[in-house]
Amino acid sequence: MSLLTVEGVWKSFHGRPVLRGVDLEVSPHEVVSLIGSSGSGKSTLLRCVNLLETVDDGAILLDGDEITDPRADVDDVRKRIGIVFQAFNLFPHMTVLDNVTLAPRQVHRVARDRAEEEAHDLLAKFGLAEKARAYPDQLSGGQQQRVAIIRALATRPRLMLLDEVTSALDPELVVEVLGVIRELKQSGMTMILTTHEMGLCRDVSDTVCFLDGGVLLEKGPPEKIFGDPDHARTREFLRSVLEAGRP
Amino acid sequence: MTTDPVWVKSERQRERERVRRSRARRSASIATASTIVFLALVVWIVTNSPGWPRVQASFFSADAFVEALPDVVDGFLLNIKIFLIAEPLILVVGLLVALARGITTPAFFPIRALATLYTDVFRGVPTLLVIFLVGFGLPALKLQGIPNDLVTLGVIALTLSYGAYVAEVLRAGIDSVHPSQLAAARSLGLSHGKAMRFVVLPQAVRRVGPPLLNDFVSLQKDTALVATLGLPEALRQAQIYASGKFNYTSYLVAALLFVLLTIPMARFTDHLAERTRRRRGA
Repeated sequence: MSLLTVEGVWKSFHGRPVLRGVDLEVSPHEVVSLIGSSGSGKSTLLRCVNLLETVDDGAILLDGDEITDPRADVDDVRKRIGIVFQAFNLFPHMTVLDNVTLAPRQVHRVARDRAEEEAHDLLAKFGLAEKARAYPDQLSGGQQQRVAIIRALATRPRLMLLDEVTSALDPELVVEVLGVIRELKQSGMTMILTTHEMGLCRDVSDTVCFLDGGVLLEKGPPEKIFGDPDHARTREFLRSVLEAGRP
Repeated sequence: MTTDPVWVKSERQRERERVRRSRARRSASIATASTIVFLALVVWIVTNSPGWPRVQASFFSADAFVEALPDVVDGFLLNIKIFLIAEPLILVVGLLVALARGITTPAFFPIRALATLYTDVFRGVPTLLVIFLVGFGLPALKLQGIPNDLVTLGVIALTLSYGAYVAEVLRAGIDSVHPSQLAAARSLGLSHGKAMRFVVLPQAVRRVGPPLLNDFVSLQKDTALVATLGLPEALRQAQIYASGKFNYTSYLVAALLFVLLTIPMARFTDHLAERTRRRRGA
């Protein structure tokens, strides 16, 4: 059974359609990348999956439960999904450790000792052991983004959503975050990510989806999409990305 | 080429909208019911209290209300006048003091120190005391050019007291604008003054709009404090009526007038906050 099913999702903002009937299946342990130009609807699709936006039509199912049902418990759905944003959005008034343990302690009712122990393990695994007592402002962008990913991981989500997680980073810091994503993939985490980094996309994805004007135009393994895409629009997009020097 | 998809609302979405509508109806009826129960309970408790007949006669007398209204309204016009004169003055004083406290040039240290002293003193002294000191103390000096008109003295006292509060609010606003904004403006060649005027202050004022208006709502009420100087404003008029007729309904009249004045201000504050929120696209 697929872990996440998106069925004919429509979404518009102020009468401007952003998603026009998107269908998508994500299997357990699958890594799906969403690519496409700005405004193609990639981020909106992620926000719909996390229920940050209400869909206009269609349905989204997580583990077979329809989460777009108005009677669904939004908080319960979000407990099962982790999301990481482009701008990190760490809480600046808390230490790294508190950022990571906030949700386990307050939402999942894990005792402080155990939550901190698990947080220390995660931080150590991703090379941030000595930063536990630091505040977000004292970290580099790459470190902040890694903490944001760890914070999302700490609640043991079924699914991770990564929205342009490397876009705000300097190229040499992108590598750190890439390492974390690769490691997540190896541990079997199911992920959906939006990205402008075609390298990252080719590297970690099992499936690449090309969105254009709110429509999922083309979908396939990275070799297929990057090597021999079916649609002229996909070729055009990939060419323009290559010309911009972001292979 | 794929054909452009067209949205036809699905049965599922129709059902979903039905569920949402019925939930909205349900929450609306719950809200109405709980409000009615709450109000009924309050009215019942108050009207069943042992002293209610006495309170009703001395605070809620319709005849006294009509009788006291003209004088209290007359006095209230004076409150409005004081408030309208004091408000712009307070803004000017507050802004100057806030800017003075931000001066870092060593030569102007005395100005900065004076500004700090001013806010420390006038935020610390109760407004009522400031009104006494200014209203009775200043004229007693018998200096050339010191006004002895009570309205002017009242306005001076309120301006001194509220200027200190407003200066602190504005300073908080100025501090909250990120230093990179000033750096960006200075790097374009704008002088410190121009950078403040065109870049920092406009952002600061927008941010502190709600707390600033909050201070002004508070000022509207505190115009009643000048009654202590003997000015015939709303509270004083109500007092005169109450002591002449042994009926306190006139206080209720004054209270109603103050509420009527502050409610539009409060809604205006909400409106401004809402507009800012919408502009940020949140």
